[in-house]
Amino acid sequence: MADLVKFTIDGHELEVPAGTLVIEAAKKNGIEIPSFCYYEGYSLQAACRMCLVEVEKMPKMQVACTLPAMPGMVVRTDTAQIHAARKGTLEFLLGNHPLDCPVCDKGGECELQDMVFRYGAGESRFTEMKAHVDEQQWSPVVFYDGPRCILCFRCVRACEEGMGVAALGVVNRGGNSLIAPNMVDHLNCDECGQCIDICPVGALTSGTYRYQTRPWEMEHVGTVCTHCSDGCKTTLGVRQDEIIRGNNRDRSGINGEFLCIKGRYAFDFYNHAERLQSPMVRVNGKLEATSWSKALETIAKKFGEVKARGGKFGIVGSNHTSNEENFYLQKFGRECLGTNNIDHKRTGDVTTLVDALSGTSGRLATTADLYEKKAFLVIGADLALEHPFLAFQLRANFRHHAAHIYTVTEGPVREDDYAVKSVRTPQTLEALPALATALAAEPELVILFGDSVKGEDVRKLVAFGETLGIAVSYCPLVDYSNSRGAIDMGLVPELLPGYHASGKPGMNVPEMLAAADLDAFWVVGENPLQHNKLAAKRAFIVVQDMFLTETAQLADVVLPSASAYEKNGTVTNGCGEVQRLKRAVSTLGTKPDLEIIGLIAKEMGFAGQMGPWLPDTVYNEIRRTVKGYDIPLPMVTMGAQQTMPVNGRVGVQSDPALVASAHENLFTSGTLGRYSKILNSVIERKAVKETHQ
Amino acid sequence: MPYNQPNPLEVRVLTRRFALPNSHRIETYLANDGYKAVEKALGMSQDEIIGEVKASGLRGRGGAGFPTGMKWGFVPRQSPKPKYIMVNADESEPGTCKDRLLMEFDPHQLIEGVIIAGLAVGAEQGYIYIRGEFRYLVEHMDRALAEAYQRGFLGSNIAGSGKTFHLATHSGAGAYECGEESALLESFEGKRGNPRIRPPFPAVAGAYQCPTILNNVETFCAVPAIILSGAAYFAGLGSPKNGGTRLFCLSGHINKPGVYELPMGFNLMRMINEVGGGMRGGKKLKAVIPGGSSCPVLKADECDVNMDFDSVAAIKSMLGSGGVVVMDEDTCMVKAALRIMRFYAHESCGWCIPCREGTTWLRKLLQRFHDGMGTRSDIILIGDLSKNMLGRTFCPLGDAAAMPTIAFVEKFRDEFEAHLDGKPCPYEKTNRLVAA
Repeated sequence: MADLVKFTIDGHELEVPAGTLVIEAAKKNGIEIPSFCYYEGYSLQAACRMCLVEVEKMPKMQVACTLPAMPGMVVRTDTAQIHAARKGTLEFLLGNHPLDCPVCDKGGECELQDMVFRYGAGESRFTEMKAHVDEQQWSPVVFYDGPRCILCFRCVRACEEGMGVAALGVVNRGGNSLIAPNMVDHLNCDECGQCIDICPVGALTSGTYRYQTRPWEMEHVGTVCTHCSDGCKTTLGVRQDEIIRGNNRDRSGINGEFLCIKGRYAFDFYNHAERLQSPMVRVNGKLEATSWSKALETIAKKFGEVKARGGKFGIVGSNHTSNEENFYLQKFGRECLGTNNIDHKRTGDVTTLVDALSGTSGRLATTADLYEKKAFLVIGADLALEHPFLAFQLRANFRHHAAHIYTVTEGPVREDDYAVKSVRTPQTLEALPALATALAAEPELVILFGDSVKGEDVRKLVAFGETLGIAVSYCPLVDYSNSRGAIDMGLVPELLPGYHASGKPGMNVPEMLAAADLDAFWVVGENPLQHNKLAAKRAFIVVQDMFLTETAQLADVVLPSASAYEKNGTVTNGCGEVQRLKRAVSTLGTKPDLEIIGLIAKEMGFAGQMGPWLPDTVYNEIRRTVKGYDIPLPMVTMGAQQTMPVNGRVGVQSDPALVASAHENLFTSGTLGRYSKILNSVIERKAVKETHQ
Repeated sequence: MPYNQPNPLEVRVLTRRFALPNSHRIETYLANDGYKAVEKALGMSQDEIIGEVKASGLRGRGGAGFPTGMKWGFVPRQSPKPKYIMVNADESEPGTCKDRLLMEFDPHQLIEGVIIAGLAVGAEQGYIYIRGEFRYLVEHMDRALAEAYQRGFLGSNIAGSGKTFHLATHSGAGAYECGEESALLESFEGKRGNPRIRPPFPAVAGAYQCPTILNNVETFCAVPAIILSGAAYFAGLGSPKNGGTRLFCLSGHINKPGVYELPMGFNLMRMINEVGGGMRGGKKLKAVIPGGSSCPVLKADECDVNMDFDSVAAIKSMLGSGGVVVMDEDTCMVKAALRIMRFYAHESCGWCIPCREGTTWLRKLLQRFHDGMGTRSDIILIGDLSKNMLGRTFCPLGDAAAMPTIAFVEKFRDEFEAHLDGKPCPYEKTNRLVAA
């Protein structure tokens, strides 16, 4: 703990750690010092001059954002001189401002509006023409309206420091200064939208949100992004059962205000025109819309027959469905249908890691650790593209705490820019011994590894970590929002929920696809037949999905399911942190998978055995049953909670051949990505721009 | 740039070689005490050199007048980081034209001063940041540097001492703001020329975040004379606490405009009448900008002032960079204020709100006012906006724009009022725009 400094603001005696900036000290003690350019976490600018304060014994007013609190300092923020200064600065800002608040996206949540309301300059004394420049579109996501810009340079810093992209800069000078994109007239960047969110005014607006609504017309629903496994909280702005925007301006959740393009904009798949809204059954070889009761009856009848004659089921679950749904699905499969042929697409070898770490505790890194620990080893993963939030955490850690980053990857990655050491090799594990001395000299280490490290290699990696003699924790990288939860919930044939051996091995996905005698193939939110063929030509195929995927097109019954934004439940991110999904909207005709599974069970007469399909009830069963998940729901609701370490041998080897990441990049996200207008538009535009350059 | 005729009242120290043929060549320099100061400095300790500069009373010639020796003393000489010497040759203050002459006519004097600064703080590398528009001076200085390298005054064995000092030129890209020391460093490092947050000051964290001495060309040029002839000699040339001579750039409505080296503390009226040859065409003196466009204007009755930092500050103006702009009775003060504001609006870097917006709006306002469409409340507004900039901007550029404007309005309010009510500018015969 740093030394404490006592000083006074407006008569309040404060005690803060040495080096604390006056603006921060004031904020933490409920005294507002207005500012535009000061932004916690990014470099200091002292450019907007809004935070001027009076300091005793200093002749001139001082900017509070670069002024560290000194012992005995007497600061005043509430004097006539300060009021005049704030008003004067705002008058300057409004001089060229178009004052188009009635049509501005930011109207109602604009910092400039708030400041003028609070500090004055409501009347203009200027009669000259305002300077005008035309609005520009820099990408499908980013629009720039120069006249609204107050040049606080938040966007420049968010892009350069926060994202490591540096796609924004300043052109011209003086009153003609403007923010400009890196490719002269367009952006080549991550399209994350951080610059738009961080903009205090409506200068940067998003292609998806602009002119859609007034902010106060929306309700805000905090849920978890359904795309990658980083588990960012996204707050969805909902108006009349329609999601208008995503952001996380209140900085709640593990990700603070960070979101990538997927979390911020790619919720739009949910109302794609091709969204399924009615169950379908195959009649004379063609899928035809039908009623839920008819569809459920068909499924129950067929499943009943297969079960009665001891036929073979194959059940494939999803990386996106909630823990409750996954738990319920495997329970139904195992206990009611009597099969262990349950699997999902495995994207990282969590099982072997859990086994290799058995007998220890506190060895799984949290997302917060990525910002707080001292050293990191990134193996075989392009974090910035595949796990943008984890990369953001590392970058922030480097920026704020000078964390040491080591990268061992096949190709160049963005983390190389600030890594202390980067190794280029496809044989990632072989490069480790050469790093051992440097790593052992670190006080602690977090190892992040991708799907190239699996099976025995995971054990080798943990063994290597043990030789370093320092505290080492691990972060196994997986693909999607609930990839980790799917394994935890036993969505694999060899494991029951909580990594208990199932005892009776069932078929995994490739085996199901290859089994010519498969009788029923039940796919929940997955697309296994996209690139594969089902050997069993006569199998009865049931698909629950949002879209008519390649697999659904072959199904006998298709049930329209709800997206993650249309249901309640929990998901577990790559770091093992459980978070709550909260329903934001509903789409007519769809049902959450949990309800669908429950309805099938009920139709088959298993309602009593399965219990109600209420997410909270199922979660409580998970708490009782699944090792590590005994976390009260209110705690999950309050924020992400990391599951407890399993701390015991797993007992079953997982087959490394089944583990493969799809290596989704910033702009792809499996089926969801294919139906996201914004992701597709970015991909298309990038392709066009590359062709024309 | 041709050099004006010298004046007998001048005390020629820095300019003493200007009139010699081929004054810019190293042969001429060597034949006239050249590089003797370096040889002397090589025999002195670092503290002795800095002590000598302190004792000389030399104050920064860029405009702020900060004591040079004290600045050099701030450099943490024990720091393991390399130290740099940076020459601010980004001379762009309107009314100022002395550094270009010092580089053009006596480049080796500057080089020698920089080498001595290097010895004083243990720097082995220096740079001359030359204003972008002074393209010819980059080549000129490069030739001089090549001569100095050839004769062994620069390089890894300066004057046979075994000590190292390298010096190179660096061209600016055409921004007044880059004459501000921290913006100069940003520009030098290849970034946009925005000023930096200070502290830390360049003496602690300058070029590449290393300790850096940053001084004006004229400041460095004074150093060889101080070392060679002693602090007492130099201090004795000027007035108390204002050592040495100063290159004053006389311009405006006088008979003999030019750059004159005069002792610090030389009386301004004498400067105008005896050095500058009096008012052109026998006109009456109206106002003088004493030290470059950023210094508050002096009314004729304030001009009986000794030109040193403290005396000019006492009448609420500044000695600045030595650019003395003399204006006669036919000069429109509104137009003068407008001309100055046009410059600052053009040169504001855009970093901070008060300067960026203030200069732009004041330019628009003064333009309209001068065009005859001003109102009485505009006079108040001009003063208000200037005061909203003053002391609130990130760097001194905002103050530099605000201070003269405030002075123009306060001291020549009658002229502003004479422009009101659609009346034509009393000093211009052309038709004015008339407000509807």
